[in-house]
Amino acid sequence: MEERSLGQRLHIDFPLLLGILVLCVIGLIVIYSAGGQDISLVYRQAVKLMIALVGMVIVAQLSPAEISRWSLWLYIFGIILLVLVIFYGDIGKGAQRWLDLKIFRFQPSELMKLSVPMMIAFFLADKSLPPGFLRVLLACVFITIPVLLIAKQPDLGTALLVATAGFAVLFISGISWRLLTSMGILAAASAPLLWYFMHDYQKRRVLTFLNPEHDPLGAGYHIIQSKIAIGSGGFYGKGWLNGTQSHLEFLPERSTDFIFAVFCEEFGMLGVLLLLCVYLFIISRGMYIALNAQHTFGRLLASGLTLTFFVYIFVNMGMVTGQLPVVGVPLPLISHGGTSMVTLMIGFGILMAIHTHRRFLSF
Amino acid sequence: MVIHRYERRASQISYLLRPNYIQMVKEFTLKDQEHESRLVARRVYFAGFIILMLVIMLISRIFYLTVLQHDHFTTLSKSNRVKITPIPPIRGLIYSRDGVILAENKPTFSLEVIPEQIDDVDKLIGQLKEIIIIEDNDIERFKNSLKKKRRFENVPLRLNLNEEEVALFAVNRHQFPGVDVVAGLNRYYPLGDELVHAIGYVARIDEDDVKHLNESKYSGTTHIGKLGIEKFYESLLHGDVGHQQVEVNAQGRVIRVLDRTAPKPGENLHLTIDLSLQRIAIDSLKNKRGAIVAMDPRNGDILTFVSSPGYDPNKFVNGIDSKSYKALLSSKDKPLINRVIQGKYPPGSTIKPFLALVAIENGVRNLKDESWCPGWFSLKGHKHRYRDWKKRGHGYTDLHKAITQSCDVYFYMLAHELGINRIYKGLSQFGFGKQSGIDVGGEAKGLLPSREWKREALGQAWFPGETIIMGIGQGYALATPLQLVKATASLANKGKIARPRFVYRTSNSITNEINALPSHYEDQITITNKTHWDVIINSMRDVVHGVGGTAWRSGLNAKYKFAGKTGTAQVIGIAQDGEYKKEEIPEEFQDHALFIAFAPVESPRIAIAIIVENGGGGSKIAAPIARKMLDHFMDNRDLISKG
Repeated sequence: MEERSLGQRLHIDFPLLLGILVLCVIGLIVIYSAGGQDISLVYRQAVKLMIALVGMVIVAQLSPAEISRWSLWLYIFGIILLVLVIFYGDIGKGAQRWLDLKIFRFQPSELMKLSVPMMIAFFLADKSLPPGFLRVLLACVFITIPVLLIAKQPDLGTALLVATAGFAVLFISGISWRLLTSMGILAAASAPLLWYFMHDYQKRRVLTFLNPEHDPLGAGYHIIQSKIAIGSGGFYGKGWLNGTQSHLEFLPERSTDFIFAVFCEEFGMLGVLLLLCVYLFIISRGMYIALNAQHTFGRLLASGLTLTFFVYIFVNMGMVTGQLPVVGVPLPLISHGGTSMVTLMIGFGILMAIHTHRRFLSF
Repeated sequence: MVIHRYERRASQISYLLRPNYIQMVKEFTLKDQEHESRLVARRVYFAGFIILMLVIMLISRIFYLTVLQHDHFTTLSKSNRVKITPIPPIRGLIYSRDGVILAENKPTFSLEVIPEQIDDVDKLIGQLKEIIIIEDNDIERFKNSLKKKRRFENVPLRLNLNEEEVALFAVNRHQFPGVDVVAGLNRYYPLGDELVHAIGYVARIDEDDVKHLNESKYSGTTHIGKLGIEKFYESLLHGDVGHQQVEVNAQGRVIRVLDRTAPKPGENLHLTIDLSLQRIAIDSLKNKRGAIVAMDPRNGDILTFVSSPGYDPNKFVNGIDSKSYKALLSSKDKPLINRVIQGKYPPGSTIKPFLALVAIENGVRNLKDESWCPGWFSLKGHKHRYRDWKKRGHGYTDLHKAITQSCDVYFYMLAHELGINRIYKGLSQFGFGKQSGIDVGGEAKGLLPSREWKREALGQAWFPGETIIMGIGQGYALATPLQLVKATASLANKGKIARPRFVYRTSNSITNEINALPSHYEDQITITNKTHWDVIINSMRDVVHGVGGTAWRSGLNAKYKFAGKTGTAQVIGIAQDGEYKKEEIPEEFQDHALFIAFAPVESPRIAIAIIVENGGGGSKIAAPIARKMLDHFMDNRDLISKG
């Protein structure tokens, strides 16, 4: 056996872990402030964090070959669960998303955020890259099936994220620019069709995004209030626990989807720059892992997951700053909430698995 | 080739010396690893570039908000004193055809609380109780809505303050920061119970409503249509919410309005109801249970819509107390039931004209065919006697006589020969067994039985005896008064079916714009010989105006000609040899009196269906009501047709 570092033996990538932990700590600090200084909220989040970290470490022990073998079955399993949700799912907030497993409730669409990029990476890595037209078409079908099932629940936000994860892998696989542009044109052309199938509340969100002042009492309220919070924070921020918007309860979903507004109000632009640095550090580490992966499957999956991670950040920040429509996407590793946390951590676990199971060839 | 590629990489030449080289070659021969690795790397770098661009975009946005727009947003957030409050729209009014107001908005005052401004709610309620009466159910409702509203939104604590209470609070207002008297409008129905079953009522929005409401459209709205026209036309009546940006002081009181978008009031509805005719119908049913509905056959306009007894809708607007509600629920007269659209009655002999038409259309009967009526009818080989209402029988009877004198035996035979399948097909054309499509909800379908229906609902085969009693509108058949009037109107209109409707136009209080709503028509009833319509209509005319017609008394000295058909619906079966003696039977088991009519015969403008529950015979009880209504209608018909 060749010499292995501690990280190699534990299958943990320490730089990545460091970035994650820094973000989690920032998250707990902001949640304390956003939740009205309720320490029990912080405890609960910390427990969820620990569970998610354990999940990450467990997944990191799997070898990429094993993960690759599981991809197809996990994908099929996920599709079956999504179909079950349509028939037996619990209804929460007007959408069928949950599957009641007695012990805990489970959101199959969350599983698809990982399973779809795995499936696409597995499928494309099987033959040489770049994939031909037929394989791209098939990959699109593999992405579209779960996306439509999730959109039907209806959960447009998650559906778009799952689609993003799949297409990120497809992009990385090196499909030709010509195919890429024609897919883009196709997507733009199908937008009116999508509009037709949208629920009223989804249409309203898009319309509100285009003109928030149009509906200041309903959905536009969120955006107006969060812009006030961010803007009044200024460059240096009002200081921790001193955000007035958040504490006067003008700001909705303060500890979950709109937590970035609380962060901006209290830590200002300076805080945002530092936060973005941490995020970019994690993203560049993910890319480094992707570039150094030894197998196509690992390369595709690692870069796909990393890109998706960025998309979460971008969509959330874009939404809170009023640049994107309000879709329920939490700020990764900062927002309060267990489900998305576990998904993200397992994603990082896969990244670590890819990086720490490399076969070293020593001289 | 693969080996060649690796040989070129001098630094890695030692790979070839490794023992696992063979295995690696096996892997690498499948794919061109290095090419793929470079391809992926190019894409990853490209993605990294895009990410950087997007991050710069985010940063510039945040720079714009936090630095460039900082002063603007600081002003807005300066302890956040700028609020956006909804201005609910004014609900549309409802008028009768003759312009009488049926539903209006009356000014009221309510005591409202801004939770954000209150430290201790219970203490506040205790203090307020000293000057204003606050009941326990007020507190309960207040606490319920407290949970649902945002902290800075007004929550009503007491509704309908009187002027004295308003004055009392105004004097003490300085003691109660965060509490205020708010003027509002309350729905009021000046006619009370007279039109409740048509108009329905509004009531406070409850949790069920919230589930399918557009929340921002209803922010500020407290009431919603729950029943009848108020519910059906909710989207027209409600209007569009307005809003204002206001600056408030430290106590949350409005100092000045910064920006205001006016609400758009709801549309006013103009009903087809003729109030004077409605009142005659109400008087006729005073202290009786029953229903009267009249409509214009030409366009479906509902002229009269009475379900007796009624109840006061005003009690429901702000929540009825449970004692009054229980009284309404448990009353044996069942005032809450809308008998016109939900009451299901055996149509009795009123079904006969329709059956007669189906029979001559199907060639089962000729106009001249005569049947012998001995006063009873039996199926061959069966003992059971189906009796005629006239014990001695009608003798030789043709179709005309069978309708005018309502001969049961003639129709027993007719139904038997037609068979249930043709009866079902023929009667469903007239809308029996189907909703009429009137513009209020909750309509019953009635029941037009068929073989399929019986097999599915009861799991039994159809018996011939059941066809026979269909001939006189008994057995399974059930119809609502609205179905009866619609069928009568279709007959009067010679097959042209107008869908019944309440609202013939809307108007806008601001623009004064009037929008006429078109009538809707269903598939024309087509028959082989158009003179058949006249045969039936003439027979119905002679029910009233002919010799020996069952309703001849009601036709005496009329200045116009009308057509009708009496009916008496049995509530209980009578023993084979028993006799129906009104005095001996308790009221709730006495027969229902029915009458359908239309006038004038030559060009019908009104069709009526009347049901008096447990009233006895149709000719004696129901037909005179029709005469009274028609006399009034024909006297004023020019006035009404102006509409």
